[in-house]
Amino acid sequence: MIETVAAPTEKSAPQARPAIIDCDLHNELDSIKDLYPYLSERWRSHLDTFGLRSPNGSYYPRFMGHREAARPPSGRTPGSEVGFMREDFLDPYNVAYAVLNPLTGAAAALNLELGAALATAANDWQVAEWLEPEPRLRASVVVTPENPEAAVAEIRQRSNDPRFVQVLFMGRLQEPMGRRKYWPLYEACAEGGLHIASHAFGAYGHPITGAGHASYYIEDHTGPPQAVQANVTSLVVEGVFDRFPDLKLISVENGFGWIPPLMWRLDAAWKLLRAEAPHLDRLPSELIQEHLYVSTQPVEEPPRTDDFVHLLEHFGNMADHLMMASDYPHWDGDNPDMVLPSVLSEEVKRGIRFDNARALYGL
Amino acid sequence: MKFVVAAVDEIEPGERKIVSVAGRSIGVFNVAGEFFALRNRCPHQGGLLCQGRLWGALRSESPGEFEYEPKREILTCPWHGWEFHVRTGQSWCAPERLAVRRYEVSVLAGDELDPPAPGMVKGPYEAETYPVSQEGAYLVVDVPAAQEAASGAG
Repeated sequence: MIETVAAPTEKSAPQARPAIIDCDLHNELDSIKDLYPYLSERWRSHLDTFGLRSPNGSYYPRFMGHREAARPPSGRTPGSEVGFMREDFLDPYNVAYAVLNPLTGAAAALNLELGAALATAANDWQVAEWLEPEPRLRASVVVTPENPEAAVAEIRQRSNDPRFVQVLFMGRLQEPMGRRKYWPLYEACAEGGLHIASHAFGAYGHPITGAGHASYYIEDHTGPPQAVQANVTSLVVEGVFDRFPDLKLISVENGFGWIPPLMWRLDAAWKLLRAEAPHLDRLPSELIQEHLYVSTQPVEEPPRTDDFVHLLEHFGNMADHLMMASDYPHWDGDNPDMVLPSVLSEEVKRGIRFDNARALYGL
Repeated sequence: MKFVVAAVDEIEPGERKIVSVAGRSIGVFNVAGEFFALRNRCPHQGGLLCQGRLWGALRSESPGEFEYEPKREILTCPWHGWEFHVRTGQSWCAPERLAVRRYEVSVLAGDELDPPAPGMVKGPYEAETYPVSQEGAYLVVDVPAAQEAASGAG
């Protein structure tokens, strides 16, 4: 037991911090039962009887999924109470807006009807328990992409509420993101003015690495750039961004050091192989620079900090497409005060903390 | 400057007490009867280090072989899990460049304290004083004057 004699916090004054827009904040379920008030008796009974069956392959992590210090006094899961999130994170870190990415398991449900019911329940839960009580919050639409018909209906309904700013895809779907199966979702997004976000991890049965299931969690934790490169390549080569020119992809928690070499390699291949995909009539790097946005956490940490500046230059306009993310309350989340390298100019830092996300989401 | 932070029997082996001394949050640990004090702030991203778990040290000379030191002397930050030796404050993950501030802890009898017990000794706390009697032993943490002077920054 830990006894605290005086308040152990050493937070500096909130007003000293510049305002941020956090592009990856997690509203958590203490258990799936948090969604029961938003589910019909038919699905509550199903969950009680059969549970939520999902593919294996995604394990969250180490000795805790969350920062212990972010646990509410009630003892519920960190991130599961908006009131405590406000006092523990939104207020002290001067968060002007934050985009919620709930990891509910709905997208990975093997029972596609259950997945659709869970997605609807999760979005109703977000409205009632997060967006209504806390006006700084925005949300990602939870969908079950493997059930496109239900997902399209969900996207159409939520796009009427401007507090939903994007549709959440997990890092690995059943197929690469550009495949035609998912185009109805993108069409609904484009019609509703929503962007698409690909959040690291998640699972639809594929290992995180491109080489099979790995022995160690550290391999999985380092692995998300592999799937997101496949998804970015798929979206570009399949022509999704040609068909839906206003659609942006926000890559969340996947890092960004992989972007320049991917663009170089795709451009080189396009010059040799463009006849195979004749609809691809521009350099892939141009499409990536136009349509790809990335969140900071985890921030790349090159041993020479000057290399961070070079990395931004290689992307071209990355300084305008990189957006602050805390990943609160997950164990590997970043402290927004401390993540941006000091070598960046104040203007670039302000863009990453605030201006880039405000422009993208129209906040 | 030295501060009385607890009676010796207040912190059981394996337990810790987090106190506020000279504007600093400090964790005082009882590790198998020995006492250590560390700053309650992780040098990585500012996590409340002293709320973390104490683990044994795990070493390996080659894949598949390991040596586990069951004395729980490795303090892990409850945020990202960075590891520090509770005895020295030395980082376990980047020992060549990182350490957390440690403070000397001594055990003094009530009649060795200055001002001498019995009576109320002005304690380490911002909000309370600590009752000390001539009987019994007390844990005393030494915070250097320079640290104390800089403590306003928190």
